[in-house]
Amino acid sequence: MKKISWRARPGRRWLAIAPPFAWLTLFLLLPFLLVFKISFADLKFGIPPYTPLVEIKDQVLNIALSLRGYALLFTDSLYIATYLNSVKMAAITTVCCALIGYPMAYYIARSDASLRNVLLLGVILPFWTSLLLRVYAWVGILRNDGLLNNLLMWLGIIDAPLEIYRTDLAVYIGLVYAYLPFFILPLYANLVKLDHRLLEAAYDLGAKPWRAFLSVTLPMSMPGVIAGAMLVFIPTVGEYVIPEMLGGANTLMMGRVMWNEFFNNADWPMAAAVTCVMIMLLLIPLVLFQYNQVRQIEGRRKGER
Amino acid sequence: MSWSGDADAFVRIEDVVKIFGDTVAVRSVNLSVRRHELFALLGSSGCGKSTLLRMLAGFEEVTSGRIYLDNEDITALPPYKRPVNMMFQSYALFPHMSVEANVAFGLKQEGVPRNEIHERVFEALDLVQLAGYARRKPHQLSGGQQQRVALARSLVKRPKLLLLDEPMSALDKQIRQKTQIELVKILEQVGVTCIMVTHDQEEAMTMADRLAVMTEGQIVQCGTPHDVYAFPSSRFVAGFIGSTNLFTGTITVDEPDHVLIESDALTRPLYVNHGVSEPLGMEVHVSIRPENMRVMREAPESESNWGHGMVSHVAWMGAYARYQVRLDAGQLVEAHVPSQILAQAEAPGVDDEVYLAWSSDSATVLPS
Repeated sequence: MKKISWRARPGRRWLAIAPPFAWLTLFLLLPFLLVFKISFADLKFGIPPYTPLVEIKDQVLNIALSLRGYALLFTDSLYIATYLNSVKMAAITTVCCALIGYPMAYYIARSDASLRNVLLLGVILPFWTSLLLRVYAWVGILRNDGLLNNLLMWLGIIDAPLEIYRTDLAVYIGLVYAYLPFFILPLYANLVKLDHRLLEAAYDLGAKPWRAFLSVTLPMSMPGVIAGAMLVFIPTVGEYVIPEMLGGANTLMMGRVMWNEFFNNADWPMAAAVTCVMIMLLLIPLVLFQYNQVRQIEGRRKGER
Repeated sequence: MSWSGDADAFVRIEDVVKIFGDTVAVRSVNLSVRRHELFALLGSSGCGKSTLLRMLAGFEEVTSGRIYLDNEDITALPPYKRPVNMMFQSYALFPHMSVEANVAFGLKQEGVPRNEIHERVFEALDLVQLAGYARRKPHQLSGGQQQRVALARSLVKRPKLLLLDEPMSALDKQIRQKTQIELVKILEQVGVTCIMVTHDQEEAMTMADRLAVMTEGQIVQCGTPHDVYAFPSSRFVAGFIGSTNLFTGTITVDEPDHVLIESDALTRPLYVNHGVSEPLGMEVHVSIRPENMRVMREAPESESNWGHGMVSHVAWMGAYARYQVRLDAGQLVEAHVPSQILAQAEAPGVDDEVYLAWSSDSATVLPS
């Protein structure tokens, strides 16, 4: 008698795949479709504050797709500037996180196993306090009469307080501070797995320590760097709290624009359009990256056979 | 004991000691290896052989002692400055580089011009018969192919000394023997001096010109595979290299050309045709290899060198049969009887009474 392995039974496979699919559909796809729908509506006073897309009125089926939001997005230079600025700020934040986070992750991965857990705890510890509180703490530090300026003036390094609070610099400080752990953790997970014998092989073949780092450690840790960069870049583009609390009036970031459209202007269709374009902006590089990753993994699997 | 001070020593290890914290990994090792020699460090895990190899490569600093290579003191040199290359146990190929880039890596560090790198890489890949695989990644190769890439990578820089760390341990048992001989042929062709580490005595005997048996951080015997097998210096070596039968006894007659040893395990005394330095009455051990034991149904006529017992187990090994015989005094003795001899007469079976005999030149007296 032929026995079918449990893997081959289609029913069981679905049982395993269905819950995450259902979860993603319910909490990601449906809300997004709602937002997507609203982005094609027009502004209206009332509840909800937008027009329906499909409506039957006097036995006539009316389908109204308003492109006002999108048209405004691509014509009003403010929105384009905001997109560009958000991406720029996210990119600079990511680079800063990489420059600060790589040595930290490397050091943690290289320390003794006992010390390693203490250091990792140090990286995770800030999460135990609410982000809001921690950003408020930065306000206290960076304000003109804050800790930093008082310290520098007391040391005699500066005479007048530095204008950091309510500038882009303060936003960068806040963003790098808040997102650094997201860079360190995936990179650490990668670096700690690095086979030390590969470095020994590099030394053995005549590579000085820094050459060995550049030609072995760095390329082999790229998946960790990319994962960390994604985790920093993507949420930073749409970040709201930090630019709102630390940034100045002219710190243009997507999150703040969305907030303004939704809550100040009550222009839901416009806010939805802003959101949709931002998601597309983030989704395209992500999909390309994912596609590339999968292809590499598939290629490796074929090679192993 | 010292094996250094050899005039034509190419690698000289002098009083090398390695201490990790409060454990002594290597205690005062002296060793010389000649040019073009394939030398094996043999021992079970934790005997210090790998630590010694890592000190030769420069991955571990010596606690004390000196290492000379071609009359140059390399003790303090970092690994990247030593004219020494190593083939790692699991090969340690760079997974993100192609075969070609792996082999070229060492030459690039030296700053060799590009076209020369290309030439030498393909020369090395030709040597290991992998020229057609230059563009592959290591994970696309079989274990045997990976091993040959690792070999090409460690030979391409033309090191003065090649180190092999358990070269066969990552290979399937079936292809090991064939690979061992192929590897020796390549190394002979290149003419490189080579030190290998292994726990497999068959591997050491197949490949090495000379070998050193290590235990507890020390070398206990050093010599050609034949010498170490035929004349083990201690019970440990006799038991480690091949299997053996050991009899404990006391010296009763000590003449310049022979000794007689009385053992409680045997009815007749042991007659050994080489003199010993031990005094009369001293307890010694005598080693007799299983293949030197003859199994007979009739009692031998000689005065010495035989015993009587009962067959307790017979295992058919193909080329020979492995007999286990329980002597009258209770000791279990192993004898390997060649298949041709078994075929000539009716072979003794389990529970048959037999006589075990051996010639006087096949027994070795072990002082320790």
